[in-house]
Amino acid sequence: MSPAPYLRESFASPSAAPEARSDFLALWRNNLFGDVKSGLITALIAALAAFALPPLWRFLIADAVWSAPDGALCRAPGAGACWAYIRAKTPFFLYGAYPREFYWRVDLTFACAALLIVWLLWPGARAKGAAAIGFFVALPLAGFALLHGAPWLGLPVVGTNLWGGVMVSLLAALVGIVVALPGGVVLALGRRSNLPVARWLSAGLIEFVRGVPLIAVLFMANTMLPLFLPPDWAPDRLLRPLAGIALFASAYMAEVVRAGLNAVPSGQTEGAQALGLGRVATLRLVVLPQALGAVVPGIVNNFIALFKDTTLVAIVGIFDFLHTVDTARLDPVWAGPTIAATGYAFAALFYLAFCLAMSLYSQNVEKRIGGGGRH
Amino acid sequence: MRKHVPKTPRLVFPVCLAVCLALLASVARAENTLDVVRGRGVLVCGVNTGLAGFGLPDDRGLWRGFDIDYCRAVAAAIFDDPGKVKFVPLSGKDRFTALQSGEVDLLSRNTTWTQSREAGQGLLFTGINYFDGQGFLARKKLGLDSASKLSGASICVQQGTTSELNLADYFRKSGFRAETVVFSTADEAIKAYDSGRCDAFTTDGSALYVQRMKTTSPDDHEVLPEIISKEPFAPVVRQGDDRWFNLVKWTHFALLDAEELGVTSANVEQLRKSDNPEIRRLLGVEGDFGAGLGLPADWVVRIVRAVGNYGEIFERNLGADSPLKIPRGLNAQWRQGGLHYAPPVR
Repeated sequence: MSPAPYLRESFASPSAAPEARSDFLALWRNNLFGDVKSGLITALIAALAAFALPPLWRFLIADAVWSAPDGALCRAPGAGACWAYIRAKTPFFLYGAYPREFYWRVDLTFACAALLIVWLLWPGARAKGAAAIGFFVALPLAGFALLHGAPWLGLPVVGTNLWGGVMVSLLAALVGIVVALPGGVVLALGRRSNLPVARWLSAGLIEFVRGVPLIAVLFMANTMLPLFLPPDWAPDRLLRPLAGIALFASAYMAEVVRAGLNAVPSGQTEGAQALGLGRVATLRLVVLPQALGAVVPGIVNNFIALFKDTTLVAIVGIFDFLHTVDTARLDPVWAGPTIAATGYAFAALFYLAFCLAMSLYSQNVEKRIGGGGRH
Repeated sequence: MRKHVPKTPRLVFPVCLAVCLALLASVARAENTLDVVRGRGVLVCGVNTGLAGFGLPDDRGLWRGFDIDYCRAVAAAIFDDPGKVKFVPLSGKDRFTALQSGEVDLLSRNTTWTQSREAGQGLLFTGINYFDGQGFLARKKLGLDSASKLSGASICVQQGTTSELNLADYFRKSGFRAETVVFSTADEAIKAYDSGRCDAFTTDGSALYVQRMKTTSPDDHEVLPEIISKEPFAPVVRQGDDRWFNLVKWTHFALLDAEELGVTSANVEQLRKSDNPEIRRLLGVEGDFGAGLGLPADWVVRIVRAVGNYGEIFERNLGADSPLKIPRGLNAQWRQGGLHYAPPVR
């Protein structure tokens, strides 16, 4: 019987080894103008850049107004971005209406949060358990006492109607992250549980939350809820959207974590049980580390989406960062043709910086896991 | 088999309904808003999420504006402290629900007084504090001195607003044709007008002055004298609490009366010694006119000391002392050719 037609009968002759080039210019020339197609694409992109970049440079840097007492200079014909306006509005963009003498409380809270996040994420940092307890338990308590106030500690109460700006955006994202990670793990485990009640409850909650848009939940919380409850019962106007965001983030996180759990071979659990580990120990030491490690890009992806979704709270009248930018441009002292563009450019840079940082971290983690040979 | 069907599910719906109704009833009960506000120690005021001149957070996030000062005036009358106000920014959709549900005590949010809002939604408008109306912005060099010369012009307008509808009505009534160019946001509309896409731009009169500042050279544009619609703004309260309604209404009248009698934040203390009987009654030196409102005799002194009279509020936020420079026009006192005419305090 002759061999199948798709099988070769002899080895292909080896092609010549690629010419070793360390020449930087040549490398770029090959990449950019290797053949006609890539040459054309390169030329097209260069033309687009030449078309778009100079006006952008002129607007953002060269013609920009860097300092001015009010909008008069920015209104002048030919003036670019009005950075002076951003500078004047910075306290509002960062803290909303939070009283100036208590800015340190906000600063301290977010400094602690940043410290704990770096500690948790730093490869090879020690005592990560302590950091995790700090982040998921101590930080929410201390943060509440600092931001909202605790009269018995000598910190006067600052009502949430005064909170705003970057502070609220970061807070919404932090609350989402702090709740979503443990909440998502619990929901995912519940959905895979053998107990019918736990399984149905988890699946029902996840499917319900994923089935309605976040905006609908926010409207429900801030427009409908007060109609059903007596005025004194309704929770705080900021707390309601925060709870909605936390619920949402948990449901989406649960599905990501479930994907990770499914990716762990059942042999891992069986092996752990054969070694005599209990259910909790199996989960904690064997299954979860592998499951979560496998879905780091998915988790970070969720957080990036969550961070940008927090802007939706503006719809129910909460002054998050984007909403403060949107409101500040109405100020007649600064009103001018470039004000809105400046504000939105600033907001874009802010969100880009945060999302890029998260994305870079995720790539870094993937590389480390890939290099370590996970299985 | 039928009798084995458990009966409890049938009860679920009535029970839920009863609970909901009980909760609703507890909200809708006739309550004394003044006592609630006093007990809480702070007035909760629904305001715009951001409208230049009427309600906007400043560089530090503190609320400032015409509507804001009305909230502060009510707070000053009750607490003698204009700072005891909590501002709840409300979108156009949220504003009436927030008032009906009791989430805010008072809505001071450039809300147009219409029949359906008052008769259909359980609201009461306490008195017109700003007479607005739709107007036109056009280039000075076109030399239009009247909107009636806009025949054949193209006009930029924001889509889906009452401005768009009023514009159509106006053209239908006056019988001339003009091209309407619609944009989804006011920003896009004014930008198109500024770039020469349209000959004129139309929106509410107070907003025209704000939008004019977004053009490349505001001085080249003028607001035409015609007003083609009625947009009377008024603070709003819930129906069912006449005492609170009176308090808010008379805060407004007191601001107008103070201006008419020349009482300002600068001279209010000194005018308490005035011989003018009208001023003496207004400032509570003679008689006790606050009692009927549940306020002390010097309630007007508290208001004027905190926020000034109507004229001061107007000039500070909208008029000559503000970047908007809106002329008083219809909002002048009746003796100056405007429409503001407040009943006397006596």
